[in-house]
Amino acid sequence: MDLLRFITAGSVDDGKSTLIGRLLYDSKSVFQDQLDAIERAGQVNGEINLALLTDGLKAEREQGITIDIAYKYFSTPKRKFIIADAPGHVQYTRNMVTGASNSDLAIILIDARKGVIEQTYRHSYIVSLLRIPYVVVCINKMDLVDFSETRFEEIKNQYTEFAKDLGLESIEFIPISALRGDNVVDPSTDMGWWKGNTLLGYLEEVEILSDEKKHQPRFPVQYVIRPQTNEHHDYRGYAGQIRSGSFKKGDQITVLPSGLKSKIKSIDTFAGSIDEAHAPMSVTILLEDDIDISRGDMIVPANEEPSVSQELEADICWMDAKSLLPGNKYLLRQTTGSVKSAVKEISFRIETQTHEKKSADQLSLNEIGRIKIKTAKPIAYDPYAHNRGTGSFVLVDEGTNNTVGAGMLI
Amino acid sequence: MTTKSRLSHLQQLEAESIYILREVAAQFERPALLFSGGKDSITLVHLALKAFRPGKFPFPLVHIDTGHNFQEALDFRDELAAKIGEKLIVRYVQDSIDQGKAVEEKGKFPSRNGIQTVTLLDTIAEFKFDACIGGARRDEEKARAKERVFSVRDEFGSWDPKLQRPELWNIYNGKIHVGENVRVFPISNWTELDVWEYIRSENIALPSLYFSHKREIVWRDDLVFPVSKFITLDNTDKVEERTVRFRTVGDMTCTAAVESEANHIDDIIREIQISRTTERGSRLDDKRSEAAMEDRKRGGYF
Repeated sequence: MDLLRFITAGSVDDGKSTLIGRLLYDSKSVFQDQLDAIERAGQVNGEINLALLTDGLKAEREQGITIDIAYKYFSTPKRKFIIADAPGHVQYTRNMVTGASNSDLAIILIDARKGVIEQTYRHSYIVSLLRIPYVVVCINKMDLVDFSETRFEEIKNQYTEFAKDLGLESIEFIPISALRGDNVVDPSTDMGWWKGNTLLGYLEEVEILSDEKKHQPRFPVQYVIRPQTNEHHDYRGYAGQIRSGSFKKGDQITVLPSGLKSKIKSIDTFAGSIDEAHAPMSVTILLEDDIDISRGDMIVPANEEPSVSQELEADICWMDAKSLLPGNKYLLRQTTGSVKSAVKEISFRIETQTHEKKSADQLSLNEIGRIKIKTAKPIAYDPYAHNRGTGSFVLVDEGTNNTVGAGMLI
Repeated sequence: MTTKSRLSHLQQLEAESIYILREVAAQFERPALLFSGGKDSITLVHLALKAFRPGKFPFPLVHIDTGHNFQEALDFRDELAAKIGEKLIVRYVQDSIDQGKAVEEKGKFPSRNGIQTVTLLDTIAEFKFDACIGGARRDEEKARAKERVFSVRDEFGSWDPKLQRPELWNIYNGKIHVGENVRVFPISNWTELDVWEYIRSENIALPSLYFSHKREIVWRDDLVFPVSKFITLDNTDKVEERTVRFRTVGDMTCTAAVESEANHIDDIIREIQISRTTERGSRLDDKRSEAAMEDRKRGGYF
C-alpha cells in the first residue's frame, strides 16, 4: 500500500474543516470516543460538528477557526493518506506554505455561491510556487446552489481561465457538499448529472509520480557512521536519505562541493548490504576511496552533477514579523548543510492575488518575493522546479534561532 | 521506474523516521531517547538500530520511572537495553517526591502522570540534554496533531502552540538557546496501526502485557483497570479475573486494559482494525478534561 500526502486549502468559511471531518467520518476513520467528545461539545444546525475533529487547540475551538497546521491520518484499503490541514486566513500564509512543502496534491475548496475569490488566487499561486503537481478543485456547498450543473461549469471555466498561466500539471474539478457528504466519499443522489469520480475515489486512484522518481540521483550526506570498534575498525559510512533517483554499487560518483571523485563500494542497511537503493530510502553509502566527506556534502553520479555556486537566486516566502531587508544575514539551511548567507537584493515582491511583480525594498510577514543571496561557501543545488529536495532551503535568524524564510532556488 | 520499486507506506515512514533520528544525532550535542518499555519507544529503539548500526547510539536511553509502572515493562526495558548494549539512565519520580519537589495527588485514583514532568525536567537539567526523542504520534490526540517533529520548549519546558517554528520540506531547525530543549518525535506521522504493522513486519519483541492474559481487574467508568497496590479499593469495588490485554502501556493507575483473547500479533492487528475506540480512549489521564493533553504539554509534559 502506498502513501499520499495532500494539503487542503480554502478560505475561512469554505468548509475545509468540515470536508476533512467528512472524509474521516465517511471513510470510517473516526472512533467512537472521538465522536462522543465532539457530540459533547455541541451541535450545529442539528448535525454533529465535524469541523471539531480537526481543530485541536483550545484557542481554535474558542474562536472556531484553524490557527495552526494540523496533520490528520486516514486510510482505505487502497491507500494511506496524510492530510496537512492548513489555515485559510491571509495572516497564516506561512502555515499554508509549510503544509504545501510536503504535499504531492492539493485540494482547493471553492464556495459554489461565491465562485473564485481572492483567496482562491492566493492559494493556487502558492500551490504552483511550491510545485505541487496535482490539484483537485472541490466546488463546495453545491446544496446551496440547487446542485446546479450550470453553476459548476461556470466556476470551472472561471478557474481554468485564471489558472492557465500557473503551470499546474493536472487540475480536476469535483462538485461536492462537505456538510451533507455529496461526492466526498459517496456519490451524490442529487447531482445525477455528475459522471465523474467522488473526491475519495480520485484520491485513491490518482497516480502520483513524486520528484523522487523523476529526477537525477542526489544523496546529501547527513551523518558519518564510524564505529571505531575492533570489528569495524575501518568502517566509514555516509548515512543519509536518498533525495531523488537511485544509486548502485559500483557507480562512479562525485562529492560536492569539493568535486572529489570515487566509486560506491557498498550500500548498507541494518538488514545487510544491497546492490541498489532509490529515493526516499535512508541508507549508508561506503566509498572505495578514503576521502574527506562530512555532513552537508552531496554525493551525485559523476556524469549528472548539479549546479555549485555561492550566488543564488530564489523565490522566498517570508515568515517572520521582522522584515527581510537587503544586507541582512541569515543561516541558510539546504538539504543537510548549513551556511551563513547575506541577502544581496530584493528583485521584486509578488502580489499573490494577481501574480503581479512589484518593486519592493523589503519583504514583510507572509509576503512572497524573489531575492538574490550570497553564501559564505558554495552549495550544490538543483533548481526547485527540477527537484524539490535539493532546490529548497530555509533561512534561520541567528538572533532568535527562528525559521524565518522558505526559499525555492531558481 | 516501475511501481515495483516504490516504497510501501511503512518503508516510507521508516525512511523518514531514520532520517529524523540522524538529524538529531547531527544537530545536537547531548540528545537522549526517552524509553519506557512501551510499544512506541520500543519501535523508536528499533529505528535507532537501523539509523546508527554498526555504530553505537549517539544518545543514552532515559526512563522516567513513576514507580507505578508495570513490572513486565520494566523487566523488558532492562533486558532490551542490555541486549543491544546501550546505556540506560533511570530517574525516579519517588526521588522528586522525597525531595519535596513534587507532591503526590490525593484521592482514590491518584496519578503520577502530572508530577512525572518535574522529574523529567530535573533529569534534562542534570544531564543538560538539549534534545529528547519521544515516541509520541500525531494520531494519538488532537493537541499532538498540532505539534512539530522538532518541538522547541522554553527553559521551563513549556510548549507554546502559537509560537511554533514553521517546519518545511524535511529541513528541521534544531537551533536553540542555552536552557531550551527540543522534543523530537520521529514517528509523528505513524498511526497506531502503522506501529503494529511495523512491529509485525520487523518481528519486534514486546512485553507480554500487550498480549492476552488473565489478570485481576476492577471496573472504573466502564473501563477495565488492573488491580495493583497503587490503587485504593473499597467495598463498592468488585475484583474479578478477566482475560485482558493492554493496547497502550502507561502507569498502572491510568492505563485501562481491554478484554481480549488476542495473543498473536495478527489477532491484535485485526482487533485494532475493527476497534471503534482510539488507543487513548483507555487512558484516564486524557479524560480529565477536553484539553488535558494540551494543558499538560504546555506545562512541560511530553
